[in-house]
Amino acid sequence: MEIRPIISTLRRHKLTATLLTLQVAFTCAIVCNVAFMIANRVQQVSLPSGLDENVLSVIHSTGIGPDAETNPWAQHEADLAALRAIPGVESVVAVSYALPLNRNEWSSGTCPDKQALDRAMQVMSMHGTGCIDSSIYNGSPGLIPTLGLNLVVGRNFLPDEYVLGQKTPPVAIISQALAHRFYPGQDPLGKEMYNGAKSPIRVIGVVKTLLRPNLHGTGTNYDSIIWPQKPNSPGSDYVMRSAPQNRERILKAAKAALLKVNPSRIINPKYTQTYTQIRAEYFQRDTTMIGLLIASALGLLFVTALGITGLANFWVGQRTRSIGIRRAIGATRGDILRYFQTENFLIVTFGVVLGVLLSIGLNLLLMQHYELPRLPLWYLPVGAGMLWLLGQLAVLAPALRASRVPPVVATRSV
Amino acid sequence: MFGYYLDLAVRSFRRNRVLTALMVLALGLGIGASITTLTVLKLLSGDPLPHKSARVFAPEIDPLPADSTTKPADLWRGWGNIMSYTDAMNLLRAHRAERQAAMALTPVKVRPQQAGEHPFFSNGVMTTAAFFAMFDVPFEYGGGWSEQDGEDRARVAVIAAELNDKLFGGKNSVGQTVRVNDHDYRIVGVAGKWAPQPRFYAVSLGGRGYGDGDAVFLPLQSGSADKMNPQNVNCWQVADITSLETAPCAWVSLWVELESAADAGAYKTFLSNYVAQQISLGRFHHPEVALPDLADYLAQQQVVPSDARLQANLAFGFLLICVVNTVGLLLAKCLRRSREIGVRRALGATRSAIFAQFMIESAMVGVAGGVLGLVFAELGLWAVRHQPAQYASLAHLDLAMFALTFVVALIASLVAGLLPAWRACVVAPAPQLKAV
Repeated sequence: MEIRPIISTLRRHKLTATLLTLQVAFTCAIVCNVAFMIANRVQQVSLPSGLDENVLSVIHSTGIGPDAETNPWAQHEADLAALRAIPGVESVVAVSYALPLNRNEWSSGTCPDKQALDRAMQVMSMHGTGCIDSSIYNGSPGLIPTLGLNLVVGRNFLPDEYVLGQKTPPVAIISQALAHRFYPGQDPLGKEMYNGAKSPIRVIGVVKTLLRPNLHGTGTNYDSIIWPQKPNSPGSDYVMRSAPQNRERILKAAKAALLKVNPSRIINPKYTQTYTQIRAEYFQRDTTMIGLLIASALGLLFVTALGITGLANFWVGQRTRSIGIRRAIGATRGDILRYFQTENFLIVTFGVVLGVLLSIGLNLLLMQHYELPRLPLWYLPVGAGMLWLLGQLAVLAPALRASRVPPVVATRSV
Repeated sequence: MFGYYLDLAVRSFRRNRVLTALMVLALGLGIGASITTLTVLKLLSGDPLPHKSARVFAPEIDPLPADSTTKPADLWRGWGNIMSYTDAMNLLRAHRAERQAAMALTPVKVRPQQAGEHPFFSNGVMTTAAFFAMFDVPFEYGGGWSEQDGEDRARVAVIAAELNDKLFGGKNSVGQTVRVNDHDYRIVGVAGKWAPQPRFYAVSLGGRGYGDGDAVFLPLQSGSADKMNPQNVNCWQVADITSLETAPCAWVSLWVELESAADAGAYKTFLSNYVAQQISLGRFHHPEVALPDLADYLAQQQVVPSDARLQANLAFGFLLICVVNTVGLLLAKCLRRSREIGVRRALGATRSAIFAQFMIESAMVGVAGGVLGLVFAELGLWAVRHQPAQYASLAHLDLAMFALTFVVALIASLVAGLLPAWRACVVAPAPQLKAV
């Protein structure tokens, strides 16, 4: 295929060709960055929590009145028994309020050993001392199997290790991420952590994954600790395990059961949810954003394809006569088809080259204003390939129309 | 002439129906997306106290320990104007501003008096007497409490009209009691509709940035005495949080209203002097203070979600591409009409007449794009309203935005039409006629 005639034609349509090139370049820049943003958000939204989310549901209850304060744990025990009796509930535990992704966080500076604690106490700050701000979860016995946490090292809590309410327990289970940060290259079992100036807390187990109630940023999202501590305040979250399809029914039954045990309480409908809903709510903004980003990327590609088809159509119309002449002096249909395809390929190539530079520039701008990471370079060839494909698809119909121009057109005067 | 150009434009559109429709569609999509995101952005970055935002300030002080190795400035700027109860009360009682109020948010359990009604959670504000006058809270019945009530830790409360409707059927309930967290509070006032957007006073207190107003207002000192838990507590030392009034924890925010913005310097000096005094007492270690006005404070706290800004930028990027697209198509269309232009020129049309003709043609594309854009914007805002976001219910197209839609549409189409119209008017008539 001879490229020279195509270039000389494009030279005569400098302005339109430039505009199309610019449009392809802008589209390439925006779509590459938008695709990267989508990938980031999708990764965020699908962060594993470590829980068997599809079999869990949560109901929150707060006792009211003077009796609520006197012995909350006794109330929780009665509630747990009532919830366990609901058909379909496999197990149920009570936690104070913190659960992965429910935004109710109890985080506290925890030190891996006594030396770190002393350093922290001395400078009255955790910074640079080895102590880490970690999320603390508590719950009644059975928390680990009910949530479906994967205990990779060590053992679960023993019944006599549980403490009530505000007390600090003697032992704890930590997440694998925290174990790596606290004791790199060492066996975490038997290590003694410190939380404030109190007595040490011995590590007796490690769970594989346990996400925090709020995301704090890559590298710290999994710094969590489980305490064998029974909730002992009027408010509590009950986590129920059941078959996925039973969850909605069980939540309704749970509300009725709790009100039957003791009507003087508030069951906030906002916090009566399946775990699927908790996750969806936490990431609601991100999912909306993903939808918008996808829609705008598709919209951009559509508009650009429209532009290419539109222009190609005009060019075919404008050049009908010259196409006829070419056909008359021996060009085949395939030659004409390839001519328009090559022309489009050239324009898109110019656009893509410019677009790659623009993408990098736009990414730098976004990194400055929206804390977006650097665009991985492989997005650029993929984006370029996509635009080439889009260009070829968009130009196909007009190019086919051109190839069907009969040679006899050359003999007609207009 | 104008009518004739319109007629020509319509004829030209008829000749290329599909293309014109696609051009209008693309422009409409771009405009619709831009207007939707702009409306949301405008809503989010509104002025919550339009009459006095330049006179309302947020005093900020730094209580962190001396040897905290992190950058303290960043940390306490992130906190905003929250401080310990002790400091808030000291600054409040100094009465150095025209009005000053300290506040904290607290979830409150409200138990209706009628039998059979379930108790429920509501949003409460613990604050001091000047809150209502400073933030222009309207009253349906009664009014706020006095400073003395606060100092006496009196159990008095102001409830919002919505709660009044729920508990008392909208009747004047001043003098009645409302049961809050198992304590009886005497109602002294019923506030009218009051929900500034953004909810500037809630931002540093752990509350929502946008959405409905709060339901129960009660004196800070009384709420604190009844052990109501503030929504946001930041401690800089290991603290006993059961006695929050004396704990080394920041949980109360302070706002001051000055007589004029020019008094800010004097108040800042007072604030510096207070901090210097506390440093000499050994309580504080950092002399930095700040006194941003409401607008600066909202910018500093980054109240507007960055997603909203990103969406607006994305929409404008989209519009840009739509405009480039329209330029290309209009240009191609007008070049194809060189012969028609040649004939018109030969018959006596001036260059400016040709220019005007093509500009009118693109303006028509613009107006059509604007109308379609308006439809898309209404659709977009309808979708936003059905999102579970805090600000969802507030997203409506106002008159200014309605007008802006057409301004954007016309500007976009005229910019797009400029190049084709110019190319059209420089067409030399003779060669075009020769070819015929």
